[in-house]
Amino acid sequence: MFRKLPLSALAALALTAGAATAQEHESAEIHDVDFSFEGPFGAFDENQLQRGLKVYTEVCAACHGLRYVPIRTLGDDGGPGLPEDQVRAFSGRFEVFDAALDDYRAATPNDHFPGSALSNAPDLSLMAKSRAAFHGPAGTGINQLLKGIGGPEYITAILTSYTGETREQAGVTYYENTAFSTGWIAMPPPLAGEDLEFDDGHSNELHHEAEDVAAFLMWAAEPKLMARKHAGLVAVIFLVLLSVLLYLTNKRIWKPVKYKTESV
Amino acid sequence: MAGIPHDHYEPKSGPEKWVHSRLPVIGLLYDTIMIPTPKNLNWMWIWGIILTFCLVMQIVTGIVLVMHYTPHVDMAFASVEHIMRDVNGGFMLRYLHANGASLFFLAVYLHIFRGLYYGSYKAPREITWIIGMIIYLLMMATGFMGYVLPWGQMSFWGATVITGLFGAIPWIGESLQVWLLGGPAVDNATLNRFFSLHYLLPFVIAGLVAVHIWAFHSTGNNNPTGVEVRRTSKEDAAKDTLPFWPYFVLKDLFALAVILAVFFAIVGFMPNYLGHPDNYIEANPLATPAHIVPEWYFLPFYAILRAFTADVWLVQFLHWLTGGIIDAKFFGVLAMFGAIAVMALVPWLDTSRTRSGRYRPMFKWWFALLALDFVILMWVGAQTPTNLTGWISLIAAAYWFGYFLVILPLLGVIEKPTTPPATIEDDFEAHYGSKSHPAE
Repeated sequence: MFRKLPLSALAALALTAGAATAQEHESAEIHDVDFSFEGPFGAFDENQLQRGLKVYTEVCAACHGLRYVPIRTLGDDGGPGLPEDQVRAFSGRFEVFDAALDDYRAATPNDHFPGSALSNAPDLSLMAKSRAAFHGPAGTGINQLLKGIGGPEYITAILTSYTGETREQAGVTYYENTAFSTGWIAMPPPLAGEDLEFDDGHSNELHHEAEDVAAFLMWAAEPKLMARKHAGLVAVIFLVLLSVLLYLTNKRIWKPVKYKTESV
Repeated sequence: MAGIPHDHYEPKSGPEKWVHSRLPVIGLLYDTIMIPTPKNLNWMWIWGIILTFCLVMQIVTGIVLVMHYTPHVDMAFASVEHIMRDVNGGFMLRYLHANGASLFFLAVYLHIFRGLYYGSYKAPREITWIIGMIIYLLMMATGFMGYVLPWGQMSFWGATVITGLFGAIPWIGESLQVWLLGGPAVDNATLNRFFSLHYLLPFVIAGLVAVHIWAFHSTGNNNPTGVEVRRTSKEDAAKDTLPFWPYFVLKDLFALAVILAVFFAIVGFMPNYLGHPDNYIEANPLATPAHIVPEWYFLPFYAILRAFTADVWLVQFLHWLTGGIIDAKFFGVLAMFGAIAVMALVPWLDTSRTRSGRYRPMFKWWFALLALDFVILMWVGAQTPTNLTGWISLIAAAYWFGYFLVILPLLGVIEKPTTPPATIEDDFEAHYGSKSHPAE
């Protein structure tokens, strides 16, 4: 069996090499952030998600939308965990178009967040999963095994990497951002630090605000993350136990054949 | 059915005899599950079970996903998000299905390379090999069409690039492409027919898998020595083999459990690692992604497709020879399909009379280089084209063809193989038997 191990190792290598599909510009400076939801045992920090929700609502939502996220899920387990009355009150902040009424009305928890208010502001529902970082070394994608795919890190980096330089091109102002692939982004710096006060008294420095909203957007993109990790963990524990039992059974069945313990 | 002599099913009770005389289905099941199997099979012989499991898992998760999916360009992407957010356990179903494709292809590549090393394709198992290659082609078609269904950016642009390959065929290419897409570009008609075929082909694969198993149950399994089971009598055959149940069923189940533990760790902890972030952006025909890349399991052949650019002298020569009919794009398409075709023809390209690579001292090294070549092609297929990667992919693609078309035919003539054991029993005893007969 061991003769074939190199082949299996090659195959495993091939698998990781193949994962290195994304080819963002490596010049972009994206640093690893130690988010609470990373790793097999990682979990969303409810307080952080609530802070991120506040940043999203008071800053991002002015231009961007979350069209795939139902408002009711703000009260789900493994999310921001808002109480039912707060979810109801929160939904009233938004207006949605109701085809049955042929008019706008106040949103209810069963409605989704509104889409982007600005046509050139992308929807943020899946932003944390549609961006990546850590493609190295040599495009093999092995770094993603250690640091994660890098979507929330990318969002954090974009929000904190403005240099303050601007330039105009065809009537549009671009802002220099060292984390953005081309170096110049159309989005004006949304956060400056100390933009808002958090109810839990947490620091509102720029990088804290950026990390909080990145964590919130990770939840928006993957609301079942904690349920998924739990299911994965249960499955792995079960399968490891099953493997041990099957190993012992297999060994016992083959023993008389291999060593002729019964016939000799 | 011809095969290794062994005990067949005998109906004993009245009801059993009643059924057996009308439909010998129990006998068929018994003979299948009790098939004599070479007792020296190693751990590379587990991939068949993994593959069977993958097929069943993909069909079961796929059928449930279809219950919640909407095959329409305006609703497909949102319906996948509905599965991820609202459907009970929907996120697990989708991640199992998406990563299941990766496990399926990992297993099929190991299964194919197992066959290439131990000469499982050689007479009398050519039909098993050819059917296997057809299954592999259908798997690629199914995997490709399935990747289009979520209607993300990579779905759309992958479909545009791959169907564009058919447009490279001279004269009929453009009409063929329109016929395949159901219109001038990838659109709702394309999504609908891909959905239909993505549902159909797995059942065709299931049918071919039955024929694949039937074929090697007739010839008997190959084994690491490549030496055939003795068929002179039931007693001789029994010295070389053990019944599939329980010996190999338990061995395979143990391997399956270990592999599934790793698989569920990936699904649970990093389900998007093997995917592409761009596919979480809804398809937009007006915005081309910076870098269109297929899924990892297509990368080696994608690298071969891209390897033959217009500045390769062979391409230029053929361009001149055919009066421009074969250009670089069409050559690339021919090379990609040719790479699979030469693999399918390996039973007739390998001239060596020794079946297993274990007893072929020179072959071993060329084979190891082929495995490495496959990994390099996979890596280079994911890279942004540069001068360096262009050279790497060209050399790697050339080796792929060289191995099948030059090295294998020549090796059979110049190589001096070592002597395999006379029987499977000898091989097995050499591993285990001596320990139970100390100084006897």
